[in-house]
Amino acid sequence: MVMDIIIAEKVNKKFQLKQGQNINNNGVASNQIEVLSGFDLKIKKGEFLVLVGPSGSGKSVFLDLVGGLSNPTSGVVYLDDKPVEAPSSKTAYVFQQYALFPWRTALSNIEFGLESRGVLKEERVKIARELLSLFGLSDFEDRFPYQLSGGMQQRVAIARALATKPEVLLMDEPFAALDAQTREILQNELIRIWEGTQTTVIFVTHSIDEAVFLADRVAVVTARPGRIKEIIEIDLPRPRNAELRSSNEFAANRHKVWGALKAEVNKAQQDWKLAPVFTE
Amino acid sequence: MSEELVVPAGVVQKARTIDCTWYNNRIAPLLEGLNTWSRGIPLVLAFFALWEALPRLGIIDTLFLPPFSTTVQTLFDLIVSGKLLMHVIVSLQRSAIGFGLAFLISVPFGFLMGWYNKFERYTDLLVQSLRNVSTFALLPIFLLLFGLGEPSKIAIIFYGASWQLLMNTISGVKSVDQIYIKAAKSMGASDWDLFRKVILPASIPSIAIGARLGAKISLMVVIAAEMIGAKSGLGFFIQNAQFNFMVPEMYAGILALAILGLVVNYLLVWVEKKTTYWKGEIGSSLLG
Repeated sequence: MVMDIIIAEKVNKKFQLKQGQNINNNGVASNQIEVLSGFDLKIKKGEFLVLVGPSGSGKSVFLDLVGGLSNPTSGVVYLDDKPVEAPSSKTAYVFQQYALFPWRTALSNIEFGLESRGVLKEERVKIARELLSLFGLSDFEDRFPYQLSGGMQQRVAIARALATKPEVLLMDEPFAALDAQTREILQNELIRIWEGTQTTVIFVTHSIDEAVFLADRVAVVTARPGRIKEIIEIDLPRPRNAELRSSNEFAANRHKVWGALKAEVNKAQQDWKLAPVFTE
Repeated sequence: MSEELVVPAGVVQKARTIDCTWYNNRIAPLLEGLNTWSRGIPLVLAFFALWEALPRLGIIDTLFLPPFSTTVQTLFDLIVSGKLLMHVIVSLQRSAIGFGLAFLISVPFGFLMGWYNKFERYTDLLVQSLRNVSTFALLPIFLLLFGLGEPSKIAIIFYGASWQLLMNTISGVKSVDQIYIKAAKSMGASDWDLFRKVILPASIPSIAIGARLGAKISLMVVIAAEMIGAKSGLGFFIQNAQFNFMVPEMYAGILALAILGLVVNYLLVWVEKKTTYWKGEIGSSLLG
């Protein structure tokens, strides 16, 4: 039996609005915004799970909870059967904005997480070089982020996340800022590398194509307050390659995901004019 | 085809063997900088020409404005005889000590104010009140408190230079992109690591600007301080020349001051570039 590495149980997350801001919740004025409500999800060890849902449905907030960067208002997120309270070495994050440290070279960025774990310099450099070569960036180890293209920066950011050999990789719309071609290339690279490591991945995206191409399962999140509406098994064979994108099976899966998502996106758009700026 | 470009074999051979890396990396930016800089020269020359012409044509009495050439000659004589050097060194020393102290105190204080909201809430009103009082207005107070010797001069320079350093450090800390903090925390960075490896390097560009402005102010303040109760320094020299009606010497002192300011400014721009090498310049990104 496959073990569940992550279990989210009745997770609620509320944010306090800034002073003077209010939001209308079904006719009741409130200065709190409920982003997740009754969010239940089990994620199997080694699976590639993609979260899709309308903007503001709390997908990224859920990643923060798994990563220990914030805590649920109520409910529990378990990682390896232990409640998550603070960042742990078992998770690693990849952000949409790459978030590479601009004052560090590509190599030194990848070393960052290893430094905090007390890995010696020689070993750090060895690990970082291996990862750079995995992403075809061996010639760029001394470059600073401003000297790299967006696609290269995100490759370095993924390498940085993988350096600590995390059990769970949290990816928050990692390819959203890239152009369409680079995006597909990086999806192919990610799937190739992931199939080799069997790390658990939780991947947030707004692209249904991306979700279907990458995922073992696609979890559709409802409009705010977010909870899991439906989980769709993607029955496409692995290893996956670029040709798969134009197959009938791909289109059928795409149709299934969009069917589940459509109503939520419409609902969220009604709500969208109320979009708040929230602080915790 | 006739449109084909015909290149003699020898030319191609030669072109391949020239290594341009050193030229591209070292010489080209220097020439480009010189080119940009040189565009300012005509206007400066026009200014000097006017300075030369006005007294010579009798529009301004040479007693009050000696021609530019006379001023340069006087400055040259002062430099050669070594009379000026001592004063320049004294002024630079005072401003360096005052600025150094300001740096040592303002930067850590700025980190505290920028990082701990509570600390800022308690200190901000006092800081804002003090910083908005003209440094020169406080000169008499510093003289009363510290006397006519070195301490009062250093103290007033310290005071003048502190605020830009403090304000820029605070804004540097506050404008650290949250995503870097989030990234570092997600990788298990401790609070100390977060400060050392994220907040500190991310604030350096802003601190460097503060340092440049602070250094400028310390050069201005030192002159003013030396004009009141000093026996050495460029400020004293200029003031003394005026009192003794050594007008060309006075202008030469002012000219020396302008040159000094220019040199210090370029030096600090260079330091700023060196400390923020990782930012790159707009347009120099390798791959767009």
